[in-house]
Amino acid sequence: MPDQDRRTDLAVEISDLNRTFGDQEVLRGVDLSIGRGEFVAMLGHSGSGKSTLLRVLAGLDTEVGGVVLAPAERAVVFQNPRLLPWRRTLDNVVFALRGPDAVVRARDALAEVGLAAKEKSWPLTLSGGEAQRVSLARALVREPQLLLLDEPFGALDALTRIKMYQLLRDLWGRHRPAVLHVTHDVDEAILLADRIVVLSDGVLSLEIGVDIPVPRSRNAAGFAALRERLLAELGVTEEIGSAA
Amino acid sequence: MTTVASAGARTVAGTRPDPATPSATAGLVELTAASNRARRRLVPRWLRRLAGPVILLLAWAVASGSGLLDAQLFPGPVQVARAAWNLIETGQLQANVGRSLIRVLEGTVLGIVIGVIIALAAGLTRIGEDLLDPVMQLFKAVPSFALTPLLIIWMGIDEAPKITLITIGVAIHIYINTYSGIRGVDSQLVEVARTLRASRRQLISQVILPGAMPNFLVGLRVGLSSAWLSLIFAESINATQGIGFLMQRAQTMLQFDVSLLIIFIYAAVGLLSYALVRFLERQLLGWRNGFQGV
Repeated sequence: MPDQDRRTDLAVEISDLNRTFGDQEVLRGVDLSIGRGEFVAMLGHSGSGKSTLLRVLAGLDTEVGGVVLAPAERAVVFQNPRLLPWRRTLDNVVFALRGPDAVVRARDALAEVGLAAKEKSWPLTLSGGEAQRVSLARALVREPQLLLLDEPFGALDALTRIKMYQLLRDLWGRHRPAVLHVTHDVDEAILLADRIVVLSDGVLSLEIGVDIPVPRSRNAAGFAALRERLLAELGVTEEIGSAA
Repeated sequence: MTTVASAGARTVAGTRPDPATPSATAGLVELTAASNRARRRLVPRWLRRLAGPVILLLAWAVASGSGLLDAQLFPGPVQVARAAWNLIETGQLQANVGRSLIRVLEGTVLGIVIGVIIALAAGLTRIGEDLLDPVMQLFKAVPSFALTPLLIIWMGIDEAPKITLITIGVAIHIYINTYSGIRGVDSQLVEVARTLRASRRQLISQVILPGAMPNFLVGLRVGLSSAWLSLIFAESINATQGIGFLMQRAQTMLQFDVSLLIIFIYAAVGLLSYALVRFLERQLLGWRNGFQGV
């Protein structure tokens, strides 16, 4: 019975996930659970398998071994906003949305990301940050129980990125989906997530809770220590110019 | 002397140079559009585009007026205009151009429908691709005009072989381009549609077809010029009506003014077809933030 309760509290349960491309093992026995409404960030180098894992959860890659349980209501935000260029902003949010009030809901979602005024714009006329906000609105309007973010801010400039952190955190607070946020930005992971996992060579090598109280800043106590810990796990040191 | 004095005063006020002093901005160029605009507006765009044909026409008029061109072999503009007027007065021009227009229209519409259907079948399914694409590539390799005599034997000398010839050409061009357009649709967008749980119908009608639209319009442009080309061939054999028929008759009767007139008509309908596609592009591809030229 307690086991049953635990299960209903989960948005994602992955056990012994394996994925090979040819003779290359990209994921080698990954176990990961994400609670309902939990914000998990996943760090890893390029090629560590983190995007593969996200694609498995998105349902885009089914050629895998192991057990993967996830809610039916999922939404993905990719690094590239992937808006349909021939549909105006609002029509992109409405795309494949069901229900008689789809347009109203889409309008609300656009307003939520601060783009109500741009509903008639063509995607190619939007800035990178605006396009990514439309992509967020398109994901959230579906009220997903699991929101998958694949380096969503990777292509944005540093100033836009800071604003996007705030927006994402707000939206998450309001809609409370479980989030798997894949990134290679250690600071981003610490600022946003409840828990951080590190994927190295296809296995989860570290899983660590973030105890820093919200709202967080880079100056918060514990930030630097956690950052150093994660960078060490990723095999990176940051003392530029120290090597001789 | 005064500039020296003001230069002295400036140094006291600060190091920022005074832009009003000509020497301060010497060697710099104006980069704002305002300075260029006046010069550009002097000759409007449409007038500039018209200049080439008008110069050609003038040269022709001068050459034939001055006797440089033999009026018998290369009639001047006035003579050609008179020939046109004669044909209009007797109703022949309207009837024949109308007949040809209908042929091109019927053949083109049929060709578009067939080309798009085959492109969809080949573009959306693997089996369709394997079955249809080699056949269409084969058709593409055959010059369709080589079919003209066979089509006449099979279908008689009425409208059928003429329209079929046009249809084949249009269908092939529409197919080739639309098919590659469908296959060229960004797979990232197809993936997004899947994550948004779009139905197959939504995927086709809202992602794949709009994505293939630019290529389809290229196919339409090429297809329309092929339609007029096919028309010349189709009407060169056993036609009793149409622009090609007028052309044939003019050649046998040595009416070079009519021959020239027909060439102008071909040019005009070709340009009109091009304008039609340009119009469709503006209507359907408004989302493209593409480079418009300067």
